[in-house]
Amino acid sequence: MNAMLPDFSAEPERFEFNASPIHKFDLARREFFKLLGAGVVVFVVAQDALAAQETPAGSSSFHNEELPKEITSWLHVGEEGVVTGFTGKAEVGQNIRTSISQTIADELRVPFESVRLVMADTSLTPFDAGTFGSRTTPSMTPQFRRVAEAARNLLIRVAAKEWNVAPEGLIAADAKVTDPASKRSLSYAELARGKTLAQNLPSEDPVTPATEWKVAGKPLPKVGGRAFVTGSHQYTSDIRLEGMLYGKVLRAPSFGATLASLDDSAAKAMSDVTVVRDGDFVGVTAPSSHQAQKALEAIRAQWKEVPQVSSKEIFSYLKKNAEPSSNERFRHQRGSVDEGLAAAAHRLETTHNVAYIAHAPLEPRAAVAQWTEGKLAVWTGTQRPFANRDELASVFHIPESSVRVFVPDTGAAYGGKHTSDAAIEAARLAKAAGKPVKVVWTREEEFTWAYFRPAGVIEVKSGISKDGKLTAWEFHNYHSGMSGIETPYEVANQHTEYHQVPLVLRSGSYRGLAATANHFARESHMDALAQVAQMDALEFRLKNLSEGRTRAVLEAAAKSFGWPRQKTQPGQGFGLACGFEKGGYVATCAEVAVNRASGDVRVVRAVAAFECGAIVNPDGLRNQVVGAIVQGLGGALFEAVEFEHGRITNPHFASYRVPRFRDVPEIEAVLLDRKDIPSAGAGETPIMAIAPAVGNALFDATGIRLNNLPMVPKGLRAA
Amino acid sequence: MARSLEIEVNGKRHPVNYPPDTPLLYVLHDELGLTGTKYGCGEGQCGACTVLIGGAPRRSCQIPVSAAAVKPITTIEGLEKEGKLHPIQQAFLDAGAFQCAFCTSGMVMSSLGLLQTNANPKREEIVQLLQGNICRCGTHPRVIEAVQHAAKMMQERAR
Repeated sequence: MNAMLPDFSAEPERFEFNASPIHKFDLARREFFKLLGAGVVVFVVAQDALAAQETPAGSSSFHNEELPKEITSWLHVGEEGVVTGFTGKAEVGQNIRTSISQTIADELRVPFESVRLVMADTSLTPFDAGTFGSRTTPSMTPQFRRVAEAARNLLIRVAAKEWNVAPEGLIAADAKVTDPASKRSLSYAELARGKTLAQNLPSEDPVTPATEWKVAGKPLPKVGGRAFVTGSHQYTSDIRLEGMLYGKVLRAPSFGATLASLDDSAAKAMSDVTVVRDGDFVGVTAPSSHQAQKALEAIRAQWKEVPQVSSKEIFSYLKKNAEPSSNERFRHQRGSVDEGLAAAAHRLETTHNVAYIAHAPLEPRAAVAQWTEGKLAVWTGTQRPFANRDELASVFHIPESSVRVFVPDTGAAYGGKHTSDAAIEAARLAKAAGKPVKVVWTREEEFTWAYFRPAGVIEVKSGISKDGKLTAWEFHNYHSGMSGIETPYEVANQHTEYHQVPLVLRSGSYRGLAATANHFARESHMDALAQVAQMDALEFRLKNLSEGRTRAVLEAAAKSFGWPRQKTQPGQGFGLACGFEKGGYVATCAEVAVNRASGDVRVVRAVAAFECGAIVNPDGLRNQVVGAIVQGLGGALFEAVEFEHGRITNPHFASYRVPRFRDVPEIEAVLLDRKDIPSAGAGETPIMAIAPAVGNALFDATGIRLNNLPMVPKGLRAA
Repeated sequence: MARSLEIEVNGKRHPVNYPPDTPLLYVLHDELGLTGTKYGCGEGQCGACTVLIGGAPRRSCQIPVSAAAVKPITTIEGLEKEGKLHPIQQAFLDAGAFQCAFCTSGMVMSSLGLLQTNANPKREEIVQLLQGNICRCGTHPRVIEAVQHAAKMMQERAR
């Protein structure tokens, strides 16, 4: 147990994909019925489901992992008529518990209220790579439709056998099967009674088209909403087990520091305190978190520190330390940029620096661990329960089958809860203490020892013809990532390249990944090009854009916003931006108000048009779109992780500014429902366009082009 | 350990075994098991731990339990009466004013504190009061909507 934090080697774009072993699901069907009671159960064995889950559309060339044939979802219809869906996905506030339940109810033809969902429990749910990449809706919707349809057909066949009629004429609706000829009917509960029927099915069955959805597509409220307004929902940090202790971990003063000496005698002398040392890992347990904190403070440690890069020099460091680009998968090339530039009437070069930012979920990392006869149970808020299970098994040298990870519906993640840090810590302490242990990270720990959205440097070079058509496009991203790196605009000569840089700060996934940085650079640059071409920003984009779905959201956003707008007061400005990623299409218009005397910058209004195929739950989608705009404003305007000598220097909400009520503009979400297109995810893409839209509006207001994120951490000083 | 300390929470008196300098939050959350009050930062910056002390919204992570013992305390668990949600809870539910909902208890308690002193707050007053409550999911517009809706319901009820 030397390194508590797993070695976090960077993977291009998707930092979390550093582990993909073959996973086996080991609950026998017999066990399954024992657990859930008799009934009808349908399993999906989807050959390509996992592959689909891990590979974002359109970038298959970047990820070629061989993935196992696996059971990916299942459904149980019980004797009491309760329908239970099982998925390894985790609910972290994105409201998939509701949307998946709607899908099941819709396809099985049962009331929404009769569906429950068992999520993210490694002993009960099928293997899942993780809840990320906006993959829940596109992967789980078709799978649950298939299992629900198969279960429906199975119930029809049971009824047909019962009545000794042909199944073809029977109708399933309202949780019962009816024979229109004889007017007989049997409820699903009656049909399931005493049965232990199980069925596998292939993955290509037809499903009900979105135009015929009855439960899906509706703005149903969040499942279990009452538990959240009464405070009764138990998040990981709320769980209390019999005899449970509270754990705290001793942190190094700086990144990379190693323990030189330790005096834990004072802590050990405290009553009811256990001190655990295992390599550089030092932690304490006590009957209350207050006592645990006191014990931790009583420990005297000497650390050997190592030199670290600071935020002041990060951007030049990233440029200097880029690895030689030898990998074709990081580079896309078409035509000749040199020729395109030579033919251009106007040329433009811009550089964009993007700071590290923190996820800062309101529920900090937490875990409760309990050992029982060599078996480990861990409750933790993670987006990757199965990866957590495997890491725990590996760290403690026990089989995966001896570890069970549960994910209570969690106080948000935003891509920030992929790792198993708190789980490993709680498990290590619980092992030593011989009792269950809860570890809840402090806000400072969360800001320091979690991981960040990586910083980056982006360089853009372009050319346009006299009439405003792109002739050349060259785009280099250093370190921040590849998501959304491709331009949606038509340009014959282009070169797009991602340059890897070894990690400086521990970095990982973040809502939208690098798509926010890449869209900020591209859409800010496009805006500057429109200026050069003396064209309206919308007109310039449409002139260079043939892709229909992006055009549609751009036009929808512009229409609702009233683009082009006339300025009615000083300091007012308007901007727009657009793009697509992960099957979602977004365009955002922003209005800003700048007080040139005080430097105060306010985003007054934002209109986001979003399209992600057929909408499963418009209310939940609206929450996600509006939420993405608000969250995106933080990184756009003022969020930045500052660090020096291996220390985060703003690890508090007092110094790391996140959007608050006063920062929130009037927001309008325009949702385009494409019932003819399969539903894509929506958790990430709506965040991409707000930063450039605001930046372009700030330029419109002031004539100052802000090319770096965050744009105005200290306001916009008179210039 | 001090044994004499007692606090009144949601109309019920509880002996406190944690040391008197323990922040109220940990007594409520860990000792009494009133887990609706959340730890979000421990620094009085996020509002997730907001409770009413003598009717006024306070950050329970910043107040030693000994200092809180002088007045009655109301937590989120104390709002529901005989299975019926308080109008402020109902308003949050009706507006769908939460996503991960970890901030919700604090939002509800802060808003209730406001409505008890200002029955009909203007939008700007709601914004001002909730400035100290962080929602990372970006559900702010619906929270404001919920508070306005609750104000209406509470006024109608008072009539």
